[in-house]
Amino acid sequence: MAVEIVDLCVSCWACVDVCPSEAIAKGGKHMQVNAKKCTECEGDFADPQCASICPIENCIVDAGGLAFNPPGSLTGIPPELLAEAMNEIQAR
Amino acid sequence: MELEVIGQESEGGCSSSGCGSTDDQLSHLPQDIVDKVQNHPCYSEEAHHYFARMHVAVAPACNIQCHYCNRKYDCSNESRPGVVSELLTPEQAVMKVRAVAANIPQMTVLGIAGPGDPLANPERTFSTFRMLSEQTPDIKLCVSTNGLALPESVEELSKHNIDHVTITINTVDPEIGAQIYPWIYWNNRRIRGVKGAKILIEQQQRGLEMLTERGILVKVNSVMIPGVNDDHLKEVSRIVKQKGAFLHNVMPLIAEAEHGTFYGVMGQRSPEPEELQNLQDACSGDMNMMRHCRQCRADAVGLLGEDRGEEFTMDKIEEMEIDYEAAMQKRAVIHQGIIEELNEKHQKRTQIAGMSVPSNEPIIPADTRPVLMAVATAGGGIVNQHFGHATEFLVYEASPNGVRFISHRKVDQYCIGNDTCGEKESALDGSIRALKGCEAVLCSKIGFEPWGMLEDAGIVPNGEHAMEPIEEAVMAVYEEMITTGKIDEHPVAMKAQA
Ligand code: SF4
Ligand code: SF4
Ligand code: SF4
Repeated sequence: MAVEIVDLCVSCWACVDVCPSEAIAKGGKHMQVNAKKCTECEGDFADPQCASICPIENCIVDAGGLAFNPPGSLTGIPPELLAEAMNEIQAR
Repeated sequence: MELEVIGQESEGGCSSSGCGSTDDQLSHLPQDIVDKVQNHPCYSEEAHHYFARMHVAVAPACNIQCHYCNRKYDCSNESRPGVVSELLTPEQAVMKVRAVAANIPQMTVLGIAGPGDPLANPERTFSTFRMLSEQTPDIKLCVSTNGLALPESVEELSKHNIDHVTITINTVDPEIGAQIYPWIYWNNRRIRGVKGAKILIEQQQRGLEMLTERGILVKVNSVMIPGVNDDHLKEVSRIVKQKGAFLHNVMPLIAEAEHGTFYGVMGQRSPEPEELQNLQDACSGDMNMMRHCRQCRADAVGLLGEDRGEEFTMDKIEEMEIDYEAAMQKRAVIHQGIIEELNEKHQKRTQIAGMSVPSNEPIIPADTRPVLMAVATAGGGIVNQHFGHATEFLVYEASPNGVRFISHRKVDQYCIGNDTCGEKESALDGSIRALKGCEAVLCSKIGFEPWGMLEDAGIVPNGEHAMEPIEEAVMAVYEEMITTGKIDEHPVAMKAQA
C-alpha cells in the first residue's frame, strides 16, 4: 500500500522531512513517493505523515485515489469560492 | 539578561521617548543593545537608509498554516513575506551571501525567513548558519519564525552568531488564534482550530521567554487583521514587552484575491494606513523604530525598500569571481565610514537640541496641528529621488514636537501599472492614491504632469529641498506652511489622521 503525490505539489519539502520511511524524493518537477518504500506510515504513526503536513488540498491521495485533504479542508476556503476567484483571475 | 521594558506609558505614541526626531530612538537603550542594532537595517530606522540586508530562501517547509499565506504563489513583481523565485540549498545560499556581500559593501545582515518556517527546516537553516559563521564572520545572522518549533531550537540558535530572532505573534488568545491559523502540525498530527492555536501560542510565549533569558534580542512581528486581532494587539504588545521583547512591529495585512490566500479569497480587508498608524501609536513604547519594516520577500537583497535579487540569481552568481578576503576588508572600511557619519549626525543633532532657539526662528505654537508629508528617497537619509522613479515614499509627520518617521507607502507593490498581473492602473494614479493623507511630497525633481495631478489631489509637490537631509527638509516645509497660512486652511479634517 502506498500513497501518491499528484502534480498539484508545490515542492515545499514538508512531507520529505516528516516521512518515516524516506519514501519521498523530488522526481521531476515535484515530489514523488517511492511505492516500494511507503508503508502508509503503518506501525509508525496513526496518520500518514505526508498528508498530515501537506498544505495543498487534493495533493496527496491514497491507494484508492482518494484525497486525504479534500477541497476546503486545509485552507477553509469553500471550493465554490475558490473556483470563482480562479475563474476571475484567469479571465484577465 | 534583563531587558528594560520600554515605554510602558499607555497614553499613546507621543508620551514615549521614541517620539520626536529619530535621533532619540536608540538613545535610551543600553549601550550593548545600541551597538547590536546601529548597523542593522531592520532594527534601526536610521540604519536602514545606509545598511543593506539579504534573505536566503533555504527553508521551504512550514509546520502551520496562516490564513494570510499561500505557498503556491510566486510573482516576481511582488514583495511580501513567503514569496520567492528560487529555492536554495545551504551551499548555494552561502555562495550567494558571499557574492552579495562582495558586491554590496553596505551589507551587514543575513536573515533566514522562509519561505516556510526556518525552524521547521532545522537542518537546512542551521547548516546554513554554521557555514556562514565560519565563512562570513562579519555578517550578522538573524532568523524569523512562527514560533511553533522555537523552544526546541533555542539551544542551537544561541550557538551561532545570532543576535536577533523575530517571532510572529498575532495573538495570545486561542479563540482569536483559531480565526488566523486553521491548523498546525504537532506531534505527528494535524491539529485544527482552537486546540492547535493554543499550542502555537504556548510555544511562542515559551520561546520568547527562553530567548530573552539568554540575552538574545527578540522582535515580535504582528499582522494587523481588521476585525480579527486589531484591538487585541494592544494587549499582545503589552505582554511581549513585559516578557522582554525588544521591539514590537505591527504590520498591515496584505490580502488580495489574486494571492489565493484565505483572507484574499474571502475578501478580508487590509487596514488603511491611518488605522495602522493609530494602532502603532496606541501600542506605545518604541514602535516608531519599527515603522520602516518593508515586509520583504524571503529572498530580498539590498537596502530596505529596494530589491536587487534579480542581479544575484544562481546562474549569475556561479559566474562571479569572488575575492572574499578583499571584499571583507573593503566592507569594514565602508561600514566604519557609515558609522562615523551617523555618529557625526547624532552629535550635530544633540548640539542643535542643546542650543537655545535663535530669535529669528519662528517658534511653532504648541497647538499647531501636525502634517504628514511624503518623501522620495533613494537612501542615505536625504531627499534625492525623482518623483517618477520612486517605488515607495517615506511618510513623515511634522509637528511642534519635531519630525518623526511614520511609515513607508509602496507604490508599485501590488503590481500596479504592470500588465502581466494585477489591475491595470496607471502608476501615477497609484502613487497619488498611496499618498492619501499627505499634504506635501518632497522629491529631487518632478515632471509637469504629475505636478498638476498632485495639486489637484490637494498634495503640494516640492522639489526645493533636493539633496537636503530629510528631517530638516520636512521641518522647513512645515515652517513654510505655517508662515504662509497653509496650515490653517484645513485645520480639522487632517487632525484625525495624525
Ligand atoms: S504515507 Fe508515510 S511512509 Fe508513505 S510517503 Fe507518506 S509519510 Fe512516507
Ligand atoms: S507537503 Fe505537499 S506540497 Fe509540500 S512537497 Fe509534499 S506533497 Fe508537495
Ligand atoms: S521583514 Fe521587516 S524586519 Fe524583516 S528584513 Fe524585512 S524589513 Fe526587516
